[in-house]
Amino acid sequence: MFRKKLMYLNRRAPYGTIYAAEGLEVVLIGAAFDQDVCMAFVGDGVYQLKAGQDTSGLGLKSFSPAYRALGDYDVTRLYVERESLEERGLDAGDLMPLTWEDEDDDWAEKSSIHVVDRAELTRLIDAQDVVFNF
Amino acid sequence: MPILHTVNKSPFEKDSLETCIAHALDGSAVLLIEDGVYAAANGTVVAPRVRDAMRRLKFYVLANDCKARGLGEDALIDGIEPVDYAGFVDLAVGHDNVQSWL
Repeated sequence: MFRKKLMYLNRRAPYGTIYAAEGLEVVLIGAAFDQDVCMAFVGDGVYQLKAGQDTSGLGLKSFSPAYRALGDYDVTRLYVERESLEERGLDAGDLMPLTWEDEDDDWAEKSSIHVVDRAELTRLIDAQDVVFNF
Repeated sequence: MPILHTVNKSPFEKDSLETCIAHALDGSAVLLIEDGVYAAANGTVVAPRVRDAMRRLKFYVLANDCKARGLGEDALIDGIEPVDYAGFVDLAVGHDNVQSWL
């Protein structure tokens, strides 16, 4: 079967709107269809991956831990735009660690997070069959 | 007391904070809430703008909204005061009016 290259492009901060939470739902549901899936985080979307999110004070469930499930759903490529991090005073060390286990490499644990610059992300977007924009 | 302004949008996504700053009288208070709290972080491209505005406006940030977003108090711009929900109420009643910049 022809596998389509799908990218979920996340551009919103996690709690102020429902986009991030719903977008993650779509990724996890879509992962069941055995397609070639990656995610990209641009603009305020990089805040979705910020470490240390604690919504206990808001009386609101945090969906932050759900990103850790992505590796088990074979969503193992999360591209984070370097320029977006820098504009927000962040770097890769501010993000939550997300990993996957590579069955072709003795189940080695590998990072899912790839910080890429805008030019590279532009090429990645261009290479997709479908881009879902949240 | 002058007006309490609240801003609940990310400064990277909307111009709510910028418009607020441009229309707030000297001595007013600005409380950053929800996605507005991202403006309180140090080291961002908007931090210099906020620091400049702090010379004439008093800035507060809602602590629980920072915590939810993984924004630690040590990552805030010096001089921005975190408040809890009771502090939000105190600010609201302590000013003549509240203006929400959505």
